[in-house]
Amino acid sequence: MSDLAYLFHGFAVAITPFNLGLMLLGIVLGVIIGVLPGLGAANGIAILLPLTFTMPPTSAIIMLSCIYWGALFGGAIASILFNIPGEPWSVATTFEGFPLAQQGRAGEALTTSFTSSFVGALVAVVMITFLAPLIARFALKFGPPEYFSVYLLTFCSFVGMGKGSPAKILASMMLGFALSAVGIDIVTGGLRLTFGFTSLLKGFDFLIAVIGLFGIGEILLSMEEGLTFKGASARINPKVVLETWRKLPRYWLTFIRSTIIGCWMGITPGGATPASFMSYGAAKKFSKDGDKFGTGVVEGLVAPETAAHAAGTSALLPMITLGIPGSPTAAVLLGGLLIWGLQPGPLLFAEKPEFVWGLIASMYLGNVVGLIVVLSLVPAFAAILRIPFSIIAPVIVVICAIGAYTVNNSMHDIWFMLGFGVVGYLFKKLNYPLAPMVLALVLGNNAEDSFRQAMLMSGGSLAILWSNWLVGSISTLAMIMLFWPLIAQGLRKLVPSKPDKLSSEQPVD
Amino acid sequence: MNPETEEAGAGDRGLVSTRAVEIGVAAVLFAFGAVFAYSSWKLGNRWGIEGPQSGFFPFYVSLIICGSAASVLFHAIRAGRAHEQAPFVLRGQFAQVLKMAVPATLYVLGVQLIGIYVSSAIYIAFFMRWLGRYAWWRSIAISVVIIVSFFFMFEVWFQVPLYKGIWDLTAWTGY
Repeated sequence: MSDLAYLFHGFAVAITPFNLGLMLLGIVLGVIIGVLPGLGAANGIAILLPLTFTMPPTSAIIMLSCIYWGALFGGAIASILFNIPGEPWSVATTFEGFPLAQQGRAGEALTTSFTSSFVGALVAVVMITFLAPLIARFALKFGPPEYFSVYLLTFCSFVGMGKGSPAKILASMMLGFALSAVGIDIVTGGLRLTFGFTSLLKGFDFLIAVIGLFGIGEILLSMEEGLTFKGASARINPKVVLETWRKLPRYWLTFIRSTIIGCWMGITPGGATPASFMSYGAAKKFSKDGDKFGTGVVEGLVAPETAAHAAGTSALLPMITLGIPGSPTAAVLLGGLLIWGLQPGPLLFAEKPEFVWGLIASMYLGNVVGLIVVLSLVPAFAAILRIPFSIIAPVIVVICAIGAYTVNNSMHDIWFMLGFGVVGYLFKKLNYPLAPMVLALVLGNNAEDSFRQAMLMSGGSLAILWSNWLVGSISTLAMIMLFWPLIAQGLRKLVPSKPDKLSSEQPVD
Repeated sequence: MNPETEEAGAGDRGLVSTRAVEIGVAAVLFAFGAVFAYSSWKLGNRWGIEGPQSGFFPFYVSLIICGSAASVLFHAIRAGRAHEQAPFVLRGQFAQVLKMAVPATLYVLGVQLIGIYVSSAIYIAFFMRWLGRYAWWRSIAISVVIIVSFFFMFEVWFQVPLYKGIWDLTAWTGY
């Protein structure tokens, strides 16, 4: 298969000393970002994005995606040692990870979680390697109605699979669409919704929204909770690693189940956080030690970590093949592609094979490098959490402000960032999900564009969304997702079931 | 960690109920949706010569915002005071949030006036002194080291010039 030849070519691209160095830098930065509260993968990458504008795109995406892998690994360190989830998808990791650390088995817990992450990511990358070219080839046939129906499915999935109030999911999403419409109308070139403010001419940049919502909002929340970092000490020696590795294969079924959950939730925009909770719940249900969960069961640590990493990785599949990101972080990477002048989507495979395959090859290498880095440098990363909050907090605010400024070299953006921070704080506390808003901000223009083109083709009839079997089935699936909360309610009346205790602990992502 | 944080929590009264904030945020969202819907309607939310007009898409998006906000509003009001949940934020907690938010706002104002570097240095040193109770010399030393390294990273290595403010206090550096 020529795809494999491309993949080897990709390895050749990724393995140059410059790119390997960037990979290492990205992983280390990513782990630091993942460990620190207030800096997550999405806003960390958004902040560093402007620094990559001068790099070759392939090197830039390698570094940024490695930050993503690093952040996925790093979230686990804070969860296990300090019982503080550095990222929302690490919340489920604290359930078993922290009790293990308290029993003095921190090394075992960390090794288990890193290895599970690695396995989850690796399977997802293999899946991307084989599925991506197929999907891209298939998607070449897509016209505007097909694209709009895929957008529709993406956004309706938030309603169908999201947690919490459907009205809040819709409100958050539509707020994103509304803000993305501000500024210049890309079809007619006219101005709209600027209300006479010149600072709104360029509209709202989603990178600013990401930095504000996730960065400033998170810092405000951390401050309110009054974080105190009291952690278990971290020592990993090769003996513990080997012993843990010898024990892990007995959880093969958990690995397989969690990977499937993770890949599915990553491709559909469910995201890593619900994937980790679903996987933890499933492991608890099927394990014979199910009743001991919560006291430090290794199996309960394998499940969420494998699923979170599989989901985080496979979120890149729809991003590179269709131009539709499966998570806020993938959305930021997509924004990066657009800035570097690359149009994500099926044509990317034909026009820039060295870029796509370089990226895919770097996913393999990045995860191997990541595993080695985190296993060997855990004490150093854990030490970051011992820096007092009164130093970290203002530094993070400064980094966010610099990041917001460098996106467009605009002072207004720093004010917008502050505003988004307040919105992020309020929304998070009221359980409005932030991911749909970010994705709507990123995709708003494209979604509207494909909608208007589809409407032009049909002369204004929505029937075009059901005009052939392909677009029809995607649209129908979207409608099922959109009305899923109502359908589920109906089903519950027919088949009463026990309320799920675990899901109440899950944060709205 | 600073001592204030540990005081927060125990024996602290709620500042405002979750229901009140829920109603407030939903009302603001509704107003936002209404303003956007009106503005899109004026732009033209119908079928024009170029297909759907400029305001077509935002108009319906705004209507959905209004609808969802109304639904949240309705549920929050109907829940009534009887179902009063936990308070939205405790007084001590909100004081903590303000301790973060107010200096951050002043900091951004400072960025506007005297630029990112000088404003950041003052902000970090002040924050460490005020909440971290560090000695003045330590706060200033740490913040200056951080900001000087940022300066070299952005201005010198990456050659990304940052905002210098209305009154540029770093002009003497030549960047």
